[in-house]
Amino acid sequence: MAEPSSDRIDVTYVADLARLRLSPEEIVVFQKQLGDVLGYVSQLAEVDVSHVSLLGDADLKNRLRLDEVRPSLPVTEALSNAPKQDNNLFVVPKMVE
Amino acid sequence: MSTTPLTAADYEVVIGLEVHCQLKTNTKMFCGCKNEFGGASNSHVCPVCLGLPGVLPVPNEEAIVKTLLTGEMLGCQIATRCKFDRKNYFYPDMPKNYQISQYDEPLCLGGAVTLDLLAYPKDAQKDPATVIDKPIRLTRIHLEEDVAKSFHFDDGTSGIDFNRAGTPLMEIVSEADMASAEEAFAYLSALKQIFVYGGVSDADMEKGQMRCDVNISIRPRGQKEYGTKCELKNLNSISGVRRAIKYEIARQIDVLGSGGTIRQETRRWDDDKGETTLMRVKEKAHDYRYFPEPDIQAVRTDHGLYDRAKERMPELPSAKKVRLTEKFGVSAYQAGVLAADAALADYFEKAAAPKPANGAAVANFLLNDFLATATGENPIPSLAPHFFGELAELSASGQINSKQAKEVFAQMFVTGRSPAVLVAELGLAQVSDVGALEAFCDQAIAANPKSVADFKAGKQNAVNALKGQVMKLSKGTANPQLVGDILVRKLSA
Amino acid sequence: MDTTSLTIPELRQKLSSGAIRPREVVDQLATRVADVDPKLRAYLQLDVEKARTAADAADITKPLGGVPIAIKDVINVQGDPCTCASKILDGYIAPYDATVITKLREAGAVLFGRTNMDEFAMGSSTENSSWGSTRNPWDLDRIPGGSSGGSAAAVGGHEAFAALGTDTGGSIRQPAALCSCVGLKPTYGRVSRYGLTAFASSLDQIGTFTKTVEEAALLLEIIAGHDPRDNTSIDRPVPKYTQSLHQGVKGLRLGVPKEYFIKGIDPEVEKAVRDAIDEYKKQGAEIVEVSLPHTQYAVAVYYIIATAECSANLARFDGVRYGKRAQNPKDILDMYGRTRAEGFGAEVKRRIILGTYVLSSGYYDAYYNRAQKVRQLIGGDFRLAFEKCDALLTPTSPTAAFKIGERTADPLQMYLADIFTIAVNLAGICGVSIPCGFTTNKLPIGLQIIGPKWGEETMLRVAHAYEQATPWHKEKPPL
Repeated sequence: MAEPSSDRIDVTYVADLARLRLSPEEIVVFQKQLGDVLGYVSQLAEVDVSHVSLLGDADLKNRLRLDEVRPSLPVTEALSNAPKQDNNLFVVPKMVE
Repeated sequence: MSTTPLTAADYEVVIGLEVHCQLKTNTKMFCGCKNEFGGASNSHVCPVCLGLPGVLPVPNEEAIVKTLLTGEMLGCQIATRCKFDRKNYFYPDMPKNYQISQYDEPLCLGGAVTLDLLAYPKDAQKDPATVIDKPIRLTRIHLEEDVAKSFHFDDGTSGIDFNRAGTPLMEIVSEADMASAEEAFAYLSALKQIFVYGGVSDADMEKGQMRCDVNISIRPRGQKEYGTKCELKNLNSISGVRRAIKYEIARQIDVLGSGGTIRQETRRWDDDKGETTLMRVKEKAHDYRYFPEPDIQAVRTDHGLYDRAKERMPELPSAKKVRLTEKFGVSAYQAGVLAADAALADYFEKAAAPKPANGAAVANFLLNDFLATATGENPIPSLAPHFFGELAELSASGQINSKQAKEVFAQMFVTGRSPAVLVAELGLAQVSDVGALEAFCDQAIAANPKSVADFKAGKQNAVNALKGQVMKLSKGTANPQLVGDILVRKLSA
Repeated sequence: MDTTSLTIPELRQKLSSGAIRPREVVDQLATRVADVDPKLRAYLQLDVEKARTAADAADITKPLGGVPIAIKDVINVQGDPCTCASKILDGYIAPYDATVITKLREAGAVLFGRTNMDEFAMGSSTENSSWGSTRNPWDLDRIPGGSSGGSAAAVGGHEAFAALGTDTGGSIRQPAALCSCVGLKPTYGRVSRYGLTAFASSLDQIGTFTKTVEEAALLLEIIAGHDPRDNTSIDRPVPKYTQSLHQGVKGLRLGVPKEYFIKGIDPEVEKAVRDAIDEYKKQGAEIVEVSLPHTQYAVAVYYIIATAECSANLARFDGVRYGKRAQNPKDILDMYGRTRAEGFGAEVKRRIILGTYVLSSGYYDAYYNRAQKVRQLIGGDFRLAFEKCDALLTPTSPTAAFKIGERTADPLQMYLADIFTIAVNLAGICGVSIPCGFTTNKLPIGLQIIGPKWGEETMLRVAHAYEQATPWHKEKPPL
């Protein structure tokens, strides 16, 4: 497992995961800025968290939803903000993985 | 190392199935939109399932109960506490570009699907190599939301319909315990039966209510290491799964047989062409960056949800089989056929309940007479169950004979009138009343002195002529057995 | 009679008595906006006609009947734009009301305009808005704070009677301190987030900007409450906050966390806050020194958790269903990549990248998981402290308002502006900033009062006691 203090973000790779097409200049600038931030957050490694449990409240009360139909949006409303639509479908360009 | 080429028999097949099942709830998993197949495009959507800014998911309680019920039916370990997680990836059919699913705290763990003989395809049921009641272990069952539906146009663009987005989906992951295409077929049939039994889903693959991805690899018999697996997609029916697996096994054997290696691939099944083709090579795994869903608090199943699921436990097919044979005296085979179809079994029970002793007779009428000619998938008689019960009682008590019963059976479907009414109308009641029969016999004896004389002279067969006369006199309703006995008694006196 | 500087109770009194009609109030406020907003640039959108129509229909028997309330541009109002100060949502019209908006409407309020903010609530100065910066009403060369800078400036500049804002790491309290108004962040789960464009789901809360504590209490009564549409909103009765305000602080224990009085605070800020503490002592409160030992980790924890959550929350902005889409995309990947690159500003991109990274394979345990654990420790610090005291007193911001452009080159510097407010969000507890003085160059200083979970009544009571004994809330900026 990577040691936080020695980590260096591969901005290009991460930006791709996030579907952000950055310019070469942005990559350089972000690399430095995020490197500084990572350096700053690396202090968390020194905290003793061995006894910390993330399991929440023992007296959790479920707040679930009953299976009753509620009104949907009228089709025109649903599509009202669509950048491109046709025949009540949201249109997108060629789907590739 | 053997230099002779390995044949199909030298390989062992390892199959695991990942099944997604749409739950039969009224509403979607995280919003109140109608969960319904086939609505007009984008007519069952709201800000939540469209992923608009500012919306929040609220879990459908019924979907959780149905999933717990499924886990209970399959013998799973039910989690006391479960949570949802975000599975992050971008695709146009994803309204939020993350799917709310369950990662490390699913609702159910473990469990198994037992492959009953009747779950196999008909030809495999007769195959002596078929393993009876083989258990296929499950890894887990969890809940997630379905994605939207996309339609691909000729110009390369696509249209997205979000009606399906957010539908509750149960994902069932099996261990790689299946060893043949037939076992995979049986697994899916058995699973479907469980879903239908529990009322959790109609699991119709052709409607996309049950989807299946296959993971399949082969290895030489005896080899410990698994072979490289391929994933098969685009399987649209249970028999299609069988065909696809058969093809893929042959393909993999062929590759290995000619000295090649199997590459880890996702392959698409084309049912028309009968082949799998490469979709994509599996490179490294998607980085889904799972993290706990902060918008939904953890769910406790021990505050009533699990109890509700247990209350709904139906009698499972295996238990039903046993009970039907014990209570109604039907054969094991008949019990199996009935139990395979919950609605039919239910119909049978209603028909046989007034007089369980007639169970076998009711089953005969239902399975031999009705099913033999009924059409469609999983047919149920359109008549009320008591028709069958009545018919069975009329027959078993000797009031009508078997030929008459068949006539009544046909007529009751044509006219919709009950067997008792038909018997009276058609004058079919088999007369077994000794007094009445004696009267007919006396009449016949009186009218046929020659036959009487022949019988008394030692010609035993002469009684048949008299019998025939009685049948004529009674318009065919006399109980032939009794008539014979009475005539012989009278003539021997 | 000009109503624009009245408090809500004062305004309500005039409306109820018939001395003024709701439409006139709207007109007066619109005139004030027309006068000062070209300088302040607090408003992104203001449809005066729509507000007038709503005013005409207002039911003045309702608790907020006829009162105009400004809305931060991150909260969905049906039929209105909701840009979140981002180009990527330019043109989006919300088809639904946030729950808080429904509540405001039911209380008779008149929705009045949409205020500027840092893009997607990410920032501490409102300089990250795609539509230009808002100015501090006390010094137009300085920032109003962020991310709810527009709401703070509008209320501080008397261009709004009250405004809704949101607070994820201090985005209500810090700008309130810098603009001299009352900024309240409720306990997490007190107010529904349904309709609030999410930044960090486990930290976001909608809150209020008002001139006085009493008005904050009044608004909180209206907007608080369980919402079945928000699974994180808690089912707990809403007290009448306005009725418990006047009990004074005699006998209360007020904690002063030593980690919040460190080197780096502006000496004038520290002095003003120390004077406030003295005032409380005079009023009969017992001052107790407490320690919140994990304070130094709060900013680091925040920037891991908040960015992780926002990286997922902002994934939906992809040009498929709404918002801006890049022109002539050759395929879906091209569309995603360019839409998001063109639509998001630099700070948003930075946080998405950082958030994606800390969740990514191999790094989840070291960053996200670990940060959540340290967060538990921070919450634990407060729980322990609240065993010794009823509320905490701290500075809201280490400095008064800095100049526009002063910190934009160094994101990390900007992040440290939230050092006193961030831990409150991590712990899910409540906090309010109230004016407690000015620097020698007449820049506002804020005092933060922190309460335990569901401790709004005590927190507001403590805030009210100080406010009523001091002149700060009556000051008006020299606009």
